[in-house]
Amino acid sequence: MTTVTRRQVLKSGAAVAGGMAGILATGRAPAFAQGTTVHWLRWNDFVPASDQLLRKELLPAAEKALGMKINFETVNGNDLQPRITSAIQSGSGPDIIMLFNNHPQIYSESVIDLSDIAGRVSEAEDGYYDLCKSNSADGQKWISLPWTIVGAMIAYRRSWFDEVGSSTFPDTWEKYREVGKKLKAQGRPIGQTLGHTFGDAPTFSYPYMWSWGGTEVEKDGKTVNINKKEVIESVKFMTAFWKEAHDEGGLAWDDTNNNRAFLSQTICATLNGASIYIESLRNPDKYISEKGAQLKTDIQHSPLPKGPAGQFAMHTYFSHVIPNYSKNQDGAKALLKWIHTKANYEPWFVSQKGFATPPTHEWEKHKLWEEDKVMAPFKIAGLLGQTPGYPLPSSGKKAAEVLTKYIITDMYAKAVQGATAEDSVKWAEVELKKIYA
Amino acid sequence: MAIAETQVYMPQAPQPRFRLLEDERWLAFMLLVPTMALLGTFIAYPFLRGILLSVTDARVGVPGDFVGLANFYKIFNDGIFRTSVYNTFLYTGVTTVFKLALGLWLAMLLNRNFRGKAFTRAFILLPFIIPTVLSTFAWKWMFDPTFSVLNWLLYHLGLITGRINWLGDPELAMISIIIVNIWRGVPFFAISLLAGLQTISPELSEAAAIDGARPWQRFWYVTWPLLLPVTMVVVLFSVIQTFADFQIVYVMTGGGPANATHLFATYAYQIGIGTGLLSEGAAISLAMFPVLFLVVIIQLLYIRRVEVR
Repeated sequence: MTTVTRRQVLKSGAAVAGGMAGILATGRAPAFAQGTTVHWLRWNDFVPASDQLLRKELLPAAEKALGMKINFETVNGNDLQPRITSAIQSGSGPDIIMLFNNHPQIYSESVIDLSDIAGRVSEAEDGYYDLCKSNSADGQKWISLPWTIVGAMIAYRRSWFDEVGSSTFPDTWEKYREVGKKLKAQGRPIGQTLGHTFGDAPTFSYPYMWSWGGTEVEKDGKTVNINKKEVIESVKFMTAFWKEAHDEGGLAWDDTNNNRAFLSQTICATLNGASIYIESLRNPDKYISEKGAQLKTDIQHSPLPKGPAGQFAMHTYFSHVIPNYSKNQDGAKALLKWIHTKANYEPWFVSQKGFATPPTHEWEKHKLWEEDKVMAPFKIAGLLGQTPGYPLPSSGKKAAEVLTKYIITDMYAKAVQGATAEDSVKWAEVELKKIYA
Repeated sequence: MAIAETQVYMPQAPQPRFRLLEDERWLAFMLLVPTMALLGTFIAYPFLRGILLSVTDARVGVPGDFVGLANFYKIFNDGIFRTSVYNTFLYTGVTTVFKLALGLWLAMLLNRNFRGKAFTRAFILLPFIIPTVLSTFAWKWMFDPTFSVLNWLLYHLGLITGRINWLGDPELAMISIIIVNIWRGVPFFAISLLAGLQTISPELSEAAAIDGARPWQRFWYVTWPLLLPVTMVVVLFSVIQTFADFQIVYVMTGGGPANATHLFATYAYQIGIGTGLLSEGAAISLAMFPVLFLVVIIQLLYIRRVEVR
């Protein structure tokens, strides 16, 4: 049995008094009451090294600096929305939740105002890109704090394109279709998802529609004018383009299928973040081309081709919300403030190797962008992207509803499955009118 | 003296509240209270909450106002909802027929005596025991558009020359989810029907055989009528579960391609949870209720009739 002597009791009393004296002397109390735990929910990063970095280095450092515990949880990207919906409805759950694109707009009444942190980060880092405000602000305040932009570019096999006579990446849809046709004839189709998945499906279907002159709504935010010649043409073109040049399994793909297909060399090109290239860098000897070269030496990136109305892009956008049910709002805000300081954000950004483009202009100057020319197009991804709801200046609740119902993606998917272009566009028009009416 | 002693040891008169339990009606009620509390909390409350939600315009985080039947009007004019209704009936109908036929066939086989009978019976249950999401992920890989092992097999057997787009083609995607549901549901039918078969005395069949009945006649005129009440209960459970199925479709196709495989539950989930339109999602879920209610009533009435007979 352990006995406690009178001397030990006196010693421990002195230690407690000393601790108190220390706090009084420095004038600083621990940031948060002991036992404060902040629960942070994010997706399973497509660059797993970044999650490791957060878990093993950054968050332990944050815990030390802020005097709190951090419960870090990651889930599949498509499961973030179910989690936040059930958390808001039940009034309990994670204190910080990551969301994609304009999804924060759906929850605007149930999250706290983050304008103060957003203002501070914007001021310190040369301002946010426009697409951040469109996705994260509800017109009066910042409802989510921009985290990053995953630039959507076409990753393609340079040598395969060379072999069919395309030494540079086709700059128009017509040229892309011609090249794709030749490549599919060789058993090397283009891979593209038209499924219900958060990233690669809308980042293709929206800019594709915009590049033909179509929009889900007019500038007044009320008039739906999708049922017009330009959009019907875009659907007709897509149907033929799909049959002639694409891997037709893409209708059932999620955001991971094209990565697997590209890395196993069954497709010649796919719209994606840089994760394919980064994986080929991480395991150079695992991915070897049919000519015996490392696959990483044969991958290039290009923006989507131009259409009759111009060239467009939409990138997958990531931000964090703090639901107003959270009992640790101050702790959650402190953590976001901490991670968004340049010194703490930089190691995370570097671990992404260019997969993620930070949301502010400041980071365009970072030396990481000079290290690898293949990644260079991603540097300015934030400058070029539009947001769902374009041409509206702010992507609001209605645009978020259109996005989460996959109406634009389904318009093309329906036609590809055999519906006529006119019927597919008519269907989209009816669905959009229900939302924008 | 003796009387006085007896009086001393007389127990105290019971309190009136305990006397209440001596009344059988009260006792029965008290014994039912825990079950009622459980059913009320986990069945009646969510059900009533669902009804309340469906007549408001609630969104996630916003309680909403009363809008009457507007949500129902909206969903009945919704093409995707109509597709979901059609899909749900097709899915339930086709899978139930196959599950019953295959389950019955398996039960008849398992009812025979053979070496390793116990092991085989346990083994048959595997698809039912494995968590649905886990086994469905395995099936998803088998039907993968690019890496399908089924395509690989068919290709190497020389049966196909190109890839079959299992989950990318609307009809094939529907067939794929039907196959998985049948695979998962057959063991439940087989084991339940096997239990039913074992209650039937073999003497009846033997007597029919002596009278010259052929195997098929013995099955049709002896076994099947006796097995019918069990079959009806099993079909009832299966129809309810299949009609409200969610996991298989959610994992395999997510309702796609282009909403071609949505069922009631997956579409309600997409609208309610994905888009945050909770009231509309609740209305879609509730649209299932009258159909299921009718199925339950018809089948229970039928079972009663069979039992009375």
